[in-house]
Amino acid sequence: MKKREAGLWELYVSFLKIGGLTFGGGYAMLPMLQREVIDRHHWVDEQEVLDIYAIGQCTPGIIAVNTATMIGYRKRGIAGAIVATLGEVTPSLVIISTLASILMSVQDSVWIQRAFGGIRVAVCALITQAIVNLAKKSLVDWQTILLYLLVIGASVFAHLSPIAVVLIAIVYGLMVQHLKRRAA
Amino acid sequence: MIYLALYWEFFKIGLFSLGGGLATLPFLYKLAETRPQWISTQAIADMIAISESTPGPIGINMATFAGFQVGGAFGGLVATLGEITPSVIIIILIARFLTAFDKNKYVKDAFYGLRPAVVALITFALIKLMGVTLFASGIVHPIETVLYAVLVIGVLVWKKVHPLIWIVLGAIAGVLFQLPS
Repeated sequence: MKKREAGLWELYVSFLKIGGLTFGGGYAMLPMLQREVIDRHHWVDEQEVLDIYAIGQCTPGIIAVNTATMIGYRKRGIAGAIVATLGEVTPSLVIISTLASILMSVQDSVWIQRAFGGIRVAVCALITQAIVNLAKKSLVDWQTILLYLLVIGASVFAHLSPIAVVLIAIVYGLMVQHLKRRAA
Repeated sequence: MIYLALYWEFFKIGLFSLGGGLATLPFLYKLAETRPQWISTQAIADMIAISESTPGPIGINMATFAGFQVGGAFGGLVATLGEITPSVIIIILIARFLTAFDKNKYVKDAFYGLRPAVVALITFALIKLMGVTLFASGIVHPIETVLYAVLVIGVLVWKKVHPLIWIVLGAIAGVLFQLPS
């Protein structure tokens, strides 16, 4: 497959479509991403998309945004990175701002309050589901289970900030893996 | 200058949240603690519901929503730009100077520790959310708790069903049982 050049406007429109047609984050964007940047525009190949997506997962920030920035950069440098990223977030800005303003004007309605009373319970259930899925991939041995319990304990009793937790967890990961290698 | 503060708070969230959408949740709860005039714990639950049932990355939707509540449409724009700025800078640096970043030994080791910690942070966010939804000042809300149990079984059995469906079912139950009880 011969890779094609990308115009800035084309990049913006493509990522606008990806952002506007993907529900939820993470893996949900992959099918749309593949359709646009591989099948339709031939900007990158299959393996490149998977690599870029992997990098997006292990860098700070939103995975979908990281992926858009990376592809934009590879095709058109810094301008491409910015344009693709803005395309990805444009649908959110428009849709959420519209919905938020509608919600603010109807929030005193008793029907809306009851609906949201139930919706909040549904959100608890959805987050529980996400935690179960993530735990299967993350809690792989006793060291990771121990860290999981310690972080919950520290959050409940010591009010440790999430930023501190992230930094401590990085050091913990490096140390445990280092010790494991030495023991092996 | 409220927009500057908004940009800075979401810049920090973009810089320190690792692992996608829901990973920004613990930071939003922290924000609700440090700046209660901006967002309430209750509002975060509504934000998650809206963000999961509309197109676009959940993390970006939540940033836009939170920013909107603080400073209207412009506030939404500022919060979103704040959240994506670190990503754009870091990704450009990686694309320029680091090849095979995701295959690096130290990156993998760091993520071995980061993943369980992020799951723990999200679990803590869920505990807080349940604290205002299923319980209130030590009293268990029976209707909400039963509804939660039913929905958890539902989402774990029918994994492929879209979140929007569960949210709509929750809304219908809320109207039928006249929640919050």
